[in-house]
Amino acid sequence: MPGSGASGAPARRRSRWLLPAVLAVVALAVLSTFVGVASVTPAALLRGDADAWQLLAVSRLPRTAALILAGVSLAVAGLVMQLLVRNRFVDPSTSGAVDASMLGLLAVMIFAPGMPVIGKMLVAALFALAGTGLFLLLLSRMPLRSPITVPLVGITFGGVLGAAGSFVAYEQDLIQSMLAWRTADFSGLLAGRYELLWVAAALAVVVWFLADRLTIAGLGKDAATGLGLSYRTVMITGMVVVSLISATVTATVGDVPFLGLIVPNVVSLLVGDHARRSVPWVALLGAGFLLLCDVIGRLVRYPYEVPLGVVVGVLGSAAFLYLLVKGSRRVG
Amino acid sequence: MITTDSLTKRYGPSTVVDEVTLELARPGVTALIGPNGAGKSTLLSLVGRLADADGGAALVDGMDVATTRSRDLAKRMAILRQEHHLEARLSVRDLVGFGRFPHSRGRPGPEDEAVVADVLTRLSLDDLADRYLDELSGGQRQRAFIAMALAQDTEYLLLDEPLNNLDLAHAVAIMRLLRTAADELGKRVVVVLHDINFASRWSDEIVALADGRVVAQGPPAEVIRPEVLEDLYGVPVSVHEVDGHRVAVYYG
Repeated sequence: MPGSGASGAPARRRSRWLLPAVLAVVALAVLSTFVGVASVTPAALLRGDADAWQLLAVSRLPRTAALILAGVSLAVAGLVMQLLVRNRFVDPSTSGAVDASMLGLLAVMIFAPGMPVIGKMLVAALFALAGTGLFLLLLSRMPLRSPITVPLVGITFGGVLGAAGSFVAYEQDLIQSMLAWRTADFSGLLAGRYELLWVAAALAVVVWFLADRLTIAGLGKDAATGLGLSYRTVMITGMVVVSLISATVTATVGDVPFLGLIVPNVVSLLVGDHARRSVPWVALLGAGFLLLCDVIGRLVRYPYEVPLGVVVGVLGSAAFLYLLVKGSRRVG
Repeated sequence: MITTDSLTKRYGPSTVVDEVTLELARPGVTALIGPNGAGKSTLLSLVGRLADADGGAALVDGMDVATTRSRDLAKRMAILRQEHHLEARLSVRDLVGFGRFPHSRGRPGPEDEAVVADVLTRLSLDDLADRYLDELSGGQRQRAFIAMALAQDTEYLLLDEPLNNLDLAHAVAIMRLLRTAADELGKRVVVVLHDINFASRWSDEIVALADGRVVAQGPPAEVIRPEVLEDLYGVPVSVHEVDGHRVAVYYG
């Protein structure tokens, strides 16, 4: 029988793929750095072309870094949500967290336009936390929790929040900003405007340290309590992490749909659901997926650029539908 | 020893566990029986601190479960509810490894691994150790969860209807396993059972509950009697001796 026998053998076999995967992501990162309208070529850099170096430092590298950091943190946030809600079809953008953080950002623009960026981010995170809390409350009141109802509730709930946001934005003449948050776009990112994403990525590292606890919480409240884990604490910590990540990414680059949903599902098929093993893969594939989408978005109608959110949305919704059909068949 | 003192739990207007005072979990296997809604599972949850009592207290080795740190309790008492509708892709080895969490706090050492290996072998799960839970049959999954509870290496083992959804062969295998855990590993097993004949055959002591109160407690010879069971379930019951065990017949 495959998979039986020596302890942890399959896990070790899979970890052999980790290095090639890392190399692939690095290759994508290099590619992403050198694709663009203004030519930054390795040759120009080697010649010591000052303009090329300038462009690299101010625009290209920040952009590539932002893609990696956002990809890592969003995918990990999706994983955390899926563990805590115990449903494969949720992530921050299908559970109201992203829409709630947009409301938070709107509130800041209306009531405290001068607030420093870190404060803005914290307000958005508080809104996201309230949004996720409300989503969980809704779920706990739902009589039937079929696996498919959960994302439906989340998407509907997010839609309501989003509509409220659009209404307020329309009244206050802030539709432009709203649109910017709604579709992720990395094209305007320059050095000095993406650094908050490091915080989001740092939170992804925190998740790795909490991996065992999160996985045990994923077994359910009773099982977790029986093992002496404070279910409440893990739940709250996880939700705070998810909210901070969604708020930071939304505020910095806008909503990247489906990423947090699809990547953990693919990783689950590859290495299973033990977060201690899956978090590195989720982070890696999250970064790789965003880099790939970004390169596609920049090449598909070169020299113009398709916003990243659009590319991710097209690829992501197709993958999501596939997972729904396949997943619901598996659930029964 | 587990003791309860006027333990009470209400859900809205109905009192599910009504001032129960008893001593539970003598060495061996103790079965909790009773009709639906008698409060068996709730009583077990209260003792296992999965639910909060509305009155009274449950003590494990003298420690009040409501105030003792959950992680300290987890080293003395393992509790398994029946909700295993888990679609997680966790391997059996991972799951059993989580049983070590109260001891290892997420950093399993060689001793933890030895316990896991021992439990896997003891429950004949070696061949399934690297399979995912969602690939197992109901009986295999049930065994994996019991293995997790055993890996917790506690003196007390509380199980809520572990025979649910199992066919005869698997049900017997689980009961034999619990018997072994009690006899060879010195566990004190408390198990909620629906089938009174399983209770009669495999347990050392039976606690019968009805309407949230204890109506009988004692060895099978004392509890598996027509007058007790007819009172308990409200149907005619006859009891026969078969192969040295008392068997209740209650099919009307």
